[in-house]
Amino acid sequence: MTAALDVIGLCKSFGGVRAIDNVTLSFPSGSLSAVIGPNGAGKSTFFNLISGAFTPDAGEVRVEGRNIAGLSRAEIVRRGIGRAFQVASIFPTFTVADSLYAAVQSGQGHAERLVGRFPLSGARARAHEVAEMLGLADKLHRVASTLSHGDQKLLDIAIALVREPRILLLDEPTAGMGPEERWRMIEKVRELWERQKITVVFIEHDMDIVFRIAPTIRVLCYGRVLAEGTPDEIRANPAVIEAYLGTAHEGAAA
Amino acid sequence: MGAPSIPRALAIGAVAFVALVAAPLATGSTVLIDFVIRLSALAIFATSLNLLAGYGGMVSFGHGMFYGFGAYCFALMMQRTGVSIPVAFLTTVVGAALVSAIIGAICVRLKEVYFSFVTLAFQMLIHAIILAAMPLTGGDQGLRGGVPRPVFLGVDLSNQMQLCVFSAFLLVASLLVMHHVVASPFGATLRMIRDNAQRAAYLGVAVDRVRLKAFVIAAVFAAVGGVVQALFVSGAYPEFAYWTMSGEGIFVIMLGGLTTFLGPTLGSVIMLLLNDVVTRFTHYHGLVLGIVILVAALGLRKGLGDFVVERLADRRRQEAA
Ligand SMILES: Nc1ncnc2c1ncn2[C@@H]1O[C@H](COP(=O)(O)OP(=O)(O)OP(=O)(O)O)[C@@H](O)[C@H]1O
Ligand SMILES: [Mg+2]
Repeated sequence: MTAALDVIGLCKSFGGVRAIDNVTLSFPSGSLSAVIGPNGAGKSTFFNLISGAFTPDAGEVRVEGRNIAGLSRAEIVRRGIGRAFQVASIFPTFTVADSLYAAVQSGQGHAERLVGRFPLSGARARAHEVAEMLGLADKLHRVASTLSHGDQKLLDIAIALVREPRILLLDEPTAGMGPEERWRMIEKVRELWERQKITVVFIEHDMDIVFRIAPTIRVLCYGRVLAEGTPDEIRANPAVIEAYLGTAHEGAAA
Repeated sequence: MGAPSIPRALAIGAVAFVALVAAPLATGSTVLIDFVIRLSALAIFATSLNLLAGYGGMVSFGHGMFYGFGAYCFALMMQRTGVSIPVAFLTTVVGAALVSAIIGAICVRLKEVYFSFVTLAFQMLIHAIILAAMPLTGGDQGLRGGVPRPVFLGVDLSNQMQLCVFSAFLLVASLLVMHHVVASPFGATLRMIRDNAQRAAYLGVAVDRVRLKAFVIAAVFAAVGGVVQALFVSGAYPEFAYWTMSGEGIFVIMLGGLTTFLGPTLGSVIMLLLNDVVTRFTHYHGLVLGIVILVAALGLRKGLGDFVVERLADRRRQEAA
């Protein structure tokens, strides 16, 4: 398997904090993997660097072999990277349908078009397809801000999917959800991965979910790669147990 | 909410135009004639500000500078160059676009309150220039001596009735064009940026460029409002470009509602009526206006237009259920 995404020697500091410290990771094409790590480990920063929200201090991000580090967010989207956010990033006053139509027209280069009316008829098919894919088809006319927390997270993913990314980065898709809703969400993610045959990387705090869903796991801690491997390997790794699982259990007990 | 098709929008515009001029034409009342002209100037201005603030999330405290620019540019062209009214009008529109492109290039990168303050600063600058350029602008006395109105295409704007019809036409045309902008794919992108600029950027939207375009479009229409005002008062005054003008625009939007396209037009009607009625009974009309705004903002928590539209939507939903 060739790598869809290669991160090489990536570094990013904020003031004195080394949020990402010489991280090298490879994500095979069509893989589903989880990134885990304690709070403040640098997971979101890792996604921000890949997707162009921040420019790396050093290192490369290669998509299908080509370096994209330092490109604009828009250009990186064009290279096939889509992302959803830890806090659902949606358009609060838009309906679900309009959010998706607007996302489609941006992808088609019609964002600044003054001719014609929104929504353009050419946007409907793709928007409805994506809504269907994420189970939002019956909520097309709901205003985004009135959706449940879980549906807002789904809409966030749907907005990213409109652009047909080949690599999808999901920052804590289950954040803020109850146990049952978490499982529903993560099943959706897995289904998406299977059906779309894209590379999916997700950040997740719930160990049950991670071990059950992700064939490969990467552990970040203080900005560094602490371990990578299969669920069994990660579970047995002493460094992980000490640095992460230990604190997670304390956290659960507290 | 389906946007009307272009033929339907034109039909609505035609009806609105007839409704606006019917009463003044039928009665010949100077009060009504003046009202329609003043309404046109204010509503074009307030709607252009709403395009920027309501739809674009860019709350400009300096939008009045383009209103002032429009009034002075047009009046000066007519006084000094002897060109026809259409030429002066077009020159004013192009001038407003150029000036706003330069000012906007600096402002649109700024977020929220910084944007508001820097637009305010530019407004103060423009106002100061008008005061300082005495020989050209008449300084704090304003531009006097009247605005000549040579007949063009059979239209004689020195006739107050014809000016009324002309103003109403400009109002309807401006509203139609601005509504088209708001309802276009561009308009959706503008609202996307207002809602969540970061997400829009991730979708490949050139955020600052879209904001700049909206800034220029709004400035052009503010200048059109200024032209109408210059024709009405046959001159131009520094107050047109003062911060109080921008403030009045924001008042009008708050009165009428900022999520409804016609809200600022409704707000303009209320504002002018309040002005006329209240000044007849008391010198404290600023106080009365302030109270009305407070009641609207705190009582309804929205403009009157928003309030009505939401009520109607509620009713429709109840009937559907
Ligand atoms: N924009 C920023 N400016 C300054 N510091 C930042 C910024 N973003 C992240 N950091 C810092 O970088 C470190 C890593 O943060 P990051 O958000 O990547 O952690 P995380 O692993 O996603 O944590 P969580 O599980 O809480 O989401 C933290 O110390 C954080 O304070
Ligand atoms: Mg995070």
